[in-house]
Amino acid sequence: MPGAIYAEGLVKTFGDVRALDGVDLDVPEGTVLGLLGPNGAGKTTAVRCLTTLLKPDSGSAVVAGVDVLKHPDAVRRSIGLSGQFAAVDEYLTGRENLQMVGQLYQMKAKQAKVRATELLEQFDLADAADRPTKTYSGGMRRRLDLAAALVVSPPVMFMDEPTTGLDPRNRQLLWEVIKQLVSAGTTLLLTTQYLEEADHLAHDIAVVDHGHVIATGTSDQLKARTGGERVEVVVHEREHIQAASEVLRGFGKGDTTVEDHMRKLTVPVTGGAKLLAEVIRELDTRGIEIDDIGLRRPTLDDVFLSLTGHAAEAKDEGNDKKEDAK
Amino acid sequence: MSAVTDTARLADRGNPLSQSVRDSLVIAKRNLIRMSRIPEMVIFGLIQPIMFVVLFSYVFGGSMNIGGTTDSLVYREFLMAGIFAQTVTFATAGAGAGIADDMHKGLIDRFRSLPMARGAVLTGRTLADLVQTALTLFVLAMVALLVGWRTHTSIGEVLGAFGLLLLLGYAFTWVGALIGLSVRTPEAATSGGLIWLFPVTFISNAFVDSSRMTPWLQHVADWNPFSATVQACRKLFGNPGVSPSEAWPMQHPVWASLIYSVLIIVIFRTLAVRKYRSATA
Repeated sequence: MPGAIYAEGLVKTFGDVRALDGVDLDVPEGTVLGLLGPNGAGKTTAVRCLTTLLKPDSGSAVVAGVDVLKHPDAVRRSIGLSGQFAAVDEYLTGRENLQMVGQLYQMKAKQAKVRATELLEQFDLADAADRPTKTYSGGMRRRLDLAAALVVSPPVMFMDEPTTGLDPRNRQLLWEVIKQLVSAGTTLLLTTQYLEEADHLAHDIAVVDHGHVIATGTSDQLKARTGGERVEVVVHEREHIQAASEVLRGFGKGDTTVEDHMRKLTVPVTGGAKLLAEVIRELDTRGIEIDDIGLRRPTLDDVFLSLTGHAAEAKDEGNDKKEDAK
Repeated sequence: MSAVTDTARLADRGNPLSQSVRDSLVIAKRNLIRMSRIPEMVIFGLIQPIMFVVLFSYVFGGSMNIGGTTDSLVYREFLMAGIFAQTVTFATAGAGAGIADDMHKGLIDRFRSLPMARGAVLTGRTLADLVQTALTLFVLAMVALLVGWRTHTSIGEVLGAFGLLLLLGYAFTWVGALIGLSVRTPEAATSGGLIWLFPVTFISNAFVDSSRMTPWLQHVADWNPFSATVQACRKLFGNPGVSPSEAWPMQHPVWASLIYSVLIIVIFRTLAVRKYRSATA
């Protein structure tokens, strides 16, 4: 049975840019998929296709059990969308914005009013509820935007870079809300550039680049694919580099890389903490003094780098603008 | 947050027409709140027609020949129907700019992802503009009374004339909506919404006696939808300068005004909603 969000072979071109080049996704009900990729990779386009804002050139998609292309209106009843840019009316107050969205979700006026008050409390906006939102800070607007997406507690949520540009406090707040939603059974597709965020919130991760999904799996699976653990040693004396390198060769599963100026050596290993202890003993026996030593597991940054050949934060301005313009 | 309440909330939908009306009113309310929080827009919208009344009355007043007289009071009574009609058509620019502005903000994505009636974003905007037009007309009528304009007919006929004016204004906001959806910036929508109004309002019977134009121009003026409403208003107000032209719209101005306005609404609403939908897809 397909998941709450399911896409097969989504293709979308803008002029000669293939923003989506055959994207497949499957998000089981009640889980979070983190869609990870640099700017211009096609994340936003994928979200726009799945939320009925854009019609894909080809491919199919099912959201909350409904065919997105055949019954977009029915899909709209079951989804909430929170975008990169706070989609609120700046001349309306927070309360008026939420009431309007509630009524457009076909709630009765009175029901929408009650729900707006609830959400303003929940998102710590009660004090600012009756001020026009143009007086809000960036973080407050984002919170209001997310509240608007949650007016009907939709079973499926899409969040496009929900925490981009937020300060740590607001980011933490949004993470908490997201965790509550998911524990209440909401299915969520989240795009992000922050690998830490995907690691923290998502059950599964799909890495997107140039309109393709280039890897999927849990964060641990992706890390394992990138090549396990490494031991990193910083020696105290420059002349010990050679000796330390010989010790590491004995334990390592590959070539040792040396960064001379940092007096740092790195070698891929298997064996975890136990092996680390052995390395320390051996270095000690040989009288090699060390400043630092550690077992380093790959981060999603390493995963990204090894999969795409470029870092996640790398900006591709040309593509980015194209995507924004649509 | 349970599944049961969600379904209950979402199940309540009603028929498509009443949903469309309800959604349009929600959006109209949103636009009216916005207008009330940007009062300078409303005020500028009022100053311009008042300026026209004063300038035309006093600058052109003594030199215009209406029905064989150049009496400036006669011209003032003649002029008002033209100024009223021109004023309602200027709502076009406001509607166009407002919709163009909306289309380039994140909020439109929110609207498009909601289970709301597709045309409601546009209908709501045009309804809000209609309210603003009514307010402008009211203030303008007060100013007109101050400079000496009077009606000489029953209250029913006077109200009927204002009804035709509002209908014409509403029809033109749909032209504005289409312009707003077709341009890239709100600034383009403002100027694009205004330039074509000048020939439409000037090649007409609004400010001069059209029977004194060269024959082909008079022909254009007689059949101009805008002239029909002006002629209807003069007739219903009992003001001087009703054109004696044989052209059908000049002979039956009330019907012509109604038919023209309804046609404009049907054609431009269809085109605008289609354009909005294709932008949505």
